[in-house]
Amino acid sequence: MVIKLILTKIKRAFTDLLPIILVIAFFQIIVLKQPLPQMGEVLFGALLVVTGLTLFVEGLEMGLFPIGESMAHALARKGSLFWLLCFAFALGFSTTVAEPALIAVAWEAAEIAGQGGLIDSSQESLRKYAFGLRLSVAFSVGLAILIGVLRILRGWPIHYLIISGYVLVMLMTIIAPQEIIGIAYDAGGVTTSTITVPLVAALGVGLASSIRGRSPLVDGFGLIAFASLLPIIFVMGYGLIVF
Amino acid sequence: MDFIYEFGKILLATCKDVLPIIVLIVSFQLLVLRQPIPHLRRLIVGGVYVVIGLALFLAGLEKALFPLGNMMATQLSDPAFIYGPGEIITQADWKAYGWVYLFAAMIGFSTTIAEPSLVAVAFKANEVSAGTIKQWGLRITVAIGVAFGISLGTFRIVTGTPLYMYILAGYMIVIVQTLFAPKNIIALAYDSGGVTTSTVTVPLVAALGLGLSATVPGRNPALDGFGLIAFASLFPIITVMGYAQLMQWSTQRKIKYMEKKNAI
Repeated sequence: MVIKLILTKIKRAFTDLLPIILVIAFFQIIVLKQPLPQMGEVLFGALLVVTGLTLFVEGLEMGLFPIGESMAHALARKGSLFWLLCFAFALGFSTTVAEPALIAVAWEAAEIAGQGGLIDSSQESLRKYAFGLRLSVAFSVGLAILIGVLRILRGWPIHYLIISGYVLVMLMTIIAPQEIIGIAYDAGGVTTSTITVPLVAALGVGLASSIRGRSPLVDGFGLIAFASLLPIIFVMGYGLIVF
Repeated sequence: MDFIYEFGKILLATCKDVLPIIVLIVSFQLLVLRQPIPHLRRLIVGGVYVVIGLALFLAGLEKALFPLGNMMATQLSDPAFIYGPGEIITQADWKAYGWVYLFAAMIGFSTTIAEPSLVAVAFKANEVSAGTIKQWGLRITVAIGVAFGISLGTFRIVTGTPLYMYILAGYMIVIVQTLFAPKNIIALAYDSGGVTTSTVTVPLVAALGLGLSATVPGRNPALDGFGLIAFASLFPIITVMGYAQLMQWSTQRKIKYMEKKNAI
């Protein structure tokens, strides 16, 4: 009985991975006409990926979703706007500031700025630049979750906020330095990590379902959208101020 | 032995990622809410599953997929493969890069299907919509968006056209679509842009972008290598809203047809 359950779960994870295997095999064998190197290593790695994905999904349903939702319910019941917004900001800020992908992108951005002569290219000033960039992105993600939570509480329609964000991005693109634009656009994508996303989704849905008159589908989603839009604006703003 | 060391390192890094979240939740429960955490044991087991699962997932990716994916990205964008050996190229011909566009699209599609954060959001969306939004339907729609986005992104690197023009055009399409899309899909569609690009997609796609901009004549990796992730987070918004519009349109047509039939 238990074995059967585990087998169905592993099969589900394997289905998720199958497309990657097919694509790589197709290109390696048919297009590049080369044998697959180190078959043993690759198979072992694939096995790890499947097991990991199975455990992760199981843990989501048991741990991350329930805690996110129960925090949202408890904070909504407490009725203190201040603490709810504090939680939202802290969640966004703390999960982003140490995000490895962000650290990598910030450092690359500093190097490009140094090469382009936009800032002093000594190690010290590069480090300062990268750290400032990281802080401003983390701050913007915190602010984004805060605005998103406020939107759920007040029931503002999401598209007005997002579209005004887009217009702001377009306007800033015109005046921002050329070198920062690519990094700024990418920064929006790298901020939302695999552990943050489920937690933030559960927070939004939990809040929307515990407030009368909000629909979890219409109002509960959208937090992640803010978290990927605001960093673009902040990184371009940072570029404008520093240069 | 080597592997255990590697795995330990990844596990430690994952724990470090989770630490701020644990500190935040525990301090809020104890200091602000002042109540015990419900179902504590179950939560801890779930949390441990998430950390170990993610660490295994990352270790497997690093062992199997990333080296292979990186190698293939370099080989496919190698001028010797694209133009035939011995040719000296000074001007990139965008028509010669067909395999690169196809590889970009297919790797974008398949990595998005395996993306854990998209699995999480699809799960929630399915639960919240009482089953009307199918998990696989959403995941495939988003994956098609990523595939198209990354493929277009590689085309941009090859041709060297400015990034902001594509992004601005994409924003325009999103704004127009928002006016016509069914209201209850809009928030989810915007969200699906952000979730596509994390653990699996970013490293592979970044390698493709940097490899391509390093080998295409006249491109500068520092300037042209970026931007693929931006494409991958923009186009799913368009496909998810487009899919919802299509569904709405076909239901309306069905209803009209039924009404007509009943009238006769």
